[in-house]
Amino acid sequence: MAQEIKNSSDQNRYHKEIDAVQYLSFTMENEEYGVDILRVQEIRSWEPVSRVPNVPYYEKGVVNLRGSIVPIIDLRERFDLKFSDYTPLTVVVVLQTRDGNRTRTMGVVVDAVSDVITIDKNKIQKAPDFGSKVSNEFIAGLTSVNERMVILLDVDKLLKLEELENHNN
Amino acid sequence: MSIDMSQFHQVFFEECFEGLDAMESGLLNLDTGDIDAEMINTIFRGAHSIKGGSGTFGFHDVADFTHVMETLLDEMRDGRRKVTQPAVDVLLGSVDCLRTMLTSIQEGESVDQAAVEKYKHALEVQLSGAAGGAPAPEQPSSRTEPEKADDEVVASEAYEMPEQGWKIAFCPYLDLLKTGNDPVRMFRELAELGDYSVSVNARDVPGLFELDPEECNLSWTLQIKGDISLQEVNEVFSWVEGDCELDIQPLTKPGKTVPAVKKIEPEPILPETGAAKTELDETEAKTGTGNPESIKQSIPQPDNDQTKSPKSSGSNSIRVDTAKIDALIDLVGEVVITQSMLGLISENFTMDQLEQLKRGLSQLERHTRDMQQSVMNIRMLPISFVFSRFPRLVHDISAKLGKKIELKLVGENTEVDKAVVELINDPLVHLIRNSLDHGIEMPADRLAEGKPETGTIELNAYHRGGHIVIEIIDDGRGLDRNKLIAKAVEKGLIAENSLLSDKQAFELIFMPGFSTAESITDISGRGVGMDVVRKNIQALGGNIEIISQLGKGTTISIHLPLTLAIIDGQSVAVGDEIYIVPLVSIIESINVTEKMLNKIAGKGEAFKLRNQYIPIIRMHEVFNVPPKDKSKPSEGVIVVVERQGALCGLFVDELLGPQQVVVKSLEANYRRVEGISGATILGDGSVALILDVPGLVRYSNRQTQLSSAA
Amino acid sequence: MASILAVDDSASMRKMVAFTLKGAGYEVEEAVDGVDALTKAQIKKFDCIVTDVNMPNKDGIALIRDLRSLPDYKYIPMLMLTTESGIEKKQEGKAAGATGWIVKPFDPEQLLRTLKKVLG
Repeated sequence: MAQEIKNSSDQNRYHKEIDAVQYLSFTMENEEYGVDILRVQEIRSWEPVSRVPNVPYYEKGVVNLRGSIVPIIDLRERFDLKFSDYTPLTVVVVLQTRDGNRTRTMGVVVDAVSDVITIDKNKIQKAPDFGSKVSNEFIAGLTSVNERMVILLDVDKLLKLEELENHNN
Repeated sequence: MSIDMSQFHQVFFEECFEGLDAMESGLLNLDTGDIDAEMINTIFRGAHSIKGGSGTFGFHDVADFTHVMETLLDEMRDGRRKVTQPAVDVLLGSVDCLRTMLTSIQEGESVDQAAVEKYKHALEVQLSGAAGGAPAPEQPSSRTEPEKADDEVVASEAYEMPEQGWKIAFCPYLDLLKTGNDPVRMFRELAELGDYSVSVNARDVPGLFELDPEECNLSWTLQIKGDISLQEVNEVFSWVEGDCELDIQPLTKPGKTVPAVKKIEPEPILPETGAAKTELDETEAKTGTGNPESIKQSIPQPDNDQTKSPKSSGSNSIRVDTAKIDALIDLVGEVVITQSMLGLISENFTMDQLEQLKRGLSQLERHTRDMQQSVMNIRMLPISFVFSRFPRLVHDISAKLGKKIELKLVGENTEVDKAVVELINDPLVHLIRNSLDHGIEMPADRLAEGKPETGTIELNAYHRGGHIVIEIIDDGRGLDRNKLIAKAVEKGLIAENSLLSDKQAFELIFMPGFSTAESITDISGRGVGMDVVRKNIQALGGNIEIISQLGKGTTISIHLPLTLAIIDGQSVAVGDEIYIVPLVSIIESINVTEKMLNKIAGKGEAFKLRNQYIPIIRMHEVFNVPPKDKSKPSEGVIVVVERQGALCGLFVDELLGPQQVVVKSLEANYRRVEGISGATILGDGSVALILDVPGLVRYSNRQTQLSSAA
Repeated sequence: MASILAVDDSASMRKMVAFTLKGAGYEVEEAVDGVDALTKAQIKKFDCIVTDVNMPNKDGIALIRDLRSLPDYKYIPMLMLTTESGIEKKQEGKAAGATGWIVKPFDPEQLLRTLKKVLG
């Protein structure tokens, strides 16, 4: 708990002083997305998972990440985009999420990682209800980098797993 | 400098719970007839530490509450107050209350103020009462007043802030230096307050030959100017009170005289202040001093669920004996050496080094195994973590029942995995309650039977072959097999003419809906107990046995695996997937033939095994795995598993062999999945899921019902 | 920098004291009771002792008394951490040779301020 408090105060200071935040950006279906870089633990290439029975289809299974069992979630499928086959270029971004007091580690499958972008915090817009392909609940905001729109994702909401009952057929 | 105090909270809470346990066991062992001063001191110290820590870490409610306990204990410690049973009972209740309070704070929940107030009031009643007919002290001493951070209350208010400053005559006694105080440092501190000047008086310094360099022979006159309060000046000298003559006078404009403000000398102990006294008088008035009846009534009844394991037992940290860590470090050292040796061999490997390589690898294997053992060892806790709660349970319940019972604890240092320790508490509580309630007879009955008046319950723990055995042995009335059978027949649990061995008869008490008590009591519940106890123990991978002799007593033995972190499993293939079935639940594995299979309308399939129909669960179906061309059970293997006495067949493709697996949590990063108890990492680094057999059967039954309903 | 021996049977208090002092640049060692402290103080000479009063085995006052009788600790400042602001404890401590005291509960700033009184 102490650790968390410390982190958030570090973060606050960081934000206050520079007013800039860094995001890791990646693409899917020609759209660019960003996640808070402080939440990114590592980037790995896709490797086969062990399937877990009777969970939503976008929860692909679990892998062994240095002795921990970590779930892998297909972000395309989570966003109801078309499933695309995994290739050696398919990337898994390992993220830290917070759910109450708990911190969990999860991997998300994305098409490709593009860049680390620095964003002026004041230039982040609230997501308009513009019928993007991605459900608004996962979006923390929108911003543009070099004329391209980047959809900033809220990691905690994105990876808050739904109760299983909803998915049992 | 600002310090994040929350980093110390975890340690603080752990320490508090330990302190509370120590207080509890101390209070339980306190014989009111023959007071052990050291025991009271230990109990006092528990309260004292909790109070000190909670104040420092900002838990003021806890500090306030413990303060009252501490006050009461302090008086007992000093012999100012007699130790009486009602007082001990209130203190025990307060320990529980404090434990709940701390747990709530730790969990970030709100504290049950009503309960806190209840006990606080009870403690105050104890404090105000002249307990046990001891001569009433003057008043329960000045300690009941809230402590002040400093005792300068006598400082006159009228002269707090003279405009100009202070004149200080400071004449240390000879021994001042021997307390480590240094006038120079004190003056430096004074200088920080304002403009200061000093003159030294050396006329008392003896001649060189008589001079004792350890003595302070000088005296000083100091002047300090500025807007300084008397308190600030006093603070500088507060540590040398009694070691010097000190005279502090306000600096005044010429011509104006101001009386001396304060001359510091060892202060007399002040009589109690008015406020605290009034408050006490009020409580006294309400309850009537020295009236044992009213004191008794104000003792809150102990809560019935006090023996539930506190949530804190589920804490994620663990205290480890340093010897265990050292052993592990030694092993790591060995591994590093072996590793570097292997590294050397591999650098310029030639075939003639093969033997060396093999030797190195087998060494590595041995070290790895030892290291695994050693790490598991770290998770091992003595069973006393569980046992230590039981004296209280027995004390409370036997008092309630009017029975005389002695609890013996044997093998408390037997070690078992932390997870087992946490999960075994509730079943044991239940079994002990049962022994207390149904096992041990009333004193009069015991005497009539020619038994000693005081019954004995022994809790015994020991290791046997990779298991821990916990026995609960009572010398009570024992189980009456005929009564048990009659009752089971009456309840329709068995057929009238069933021939049962003693063992089978005793096992009846584990059947759902069976209760041996002729009357339902609030001690051991309503017969929902024993079947649940057995279920919980089986869920831990253990089993429970019962031996009894009518009139002599009952022994219940529980066998549990030493650890839940490693299990023996059978890996099975289902399609392309691998699952682990815990070996404890497997009865046997059978290749089935078509002839043995039967469809049961709307209820799935079953096969006949030695005159018994066993339902089949097709793993492919419940887990949605594409089968490997083996859609018919006759071409795969049926793993017969047991779930609470009922058998069930899991249809899988292939048995891949038994293996020990390290259990990993699936929930830590992911979620709970029905039918799955955890995961493990296989030799190739991939993950295999471990089946939760009872959960799987439940899940499958539900699926079957759903599909047949559809 | 001055070295300090922090003595307390309560791990949380001891850690807090040690952490605070280390943060201020002092060199800190910890002891869990009077007996432990007395042993450690004889192995190494500390510049200051900060001790709890109420401890098992050997309490803070006995510790101070024992230390004061050692030549190395004759003039070393020794502070007691006490909740018992009652005058008897302070007097008892002083009679044993305590330099001063810090009344619990205290916060880290108070602790450092008090230490500055005797060190530096």
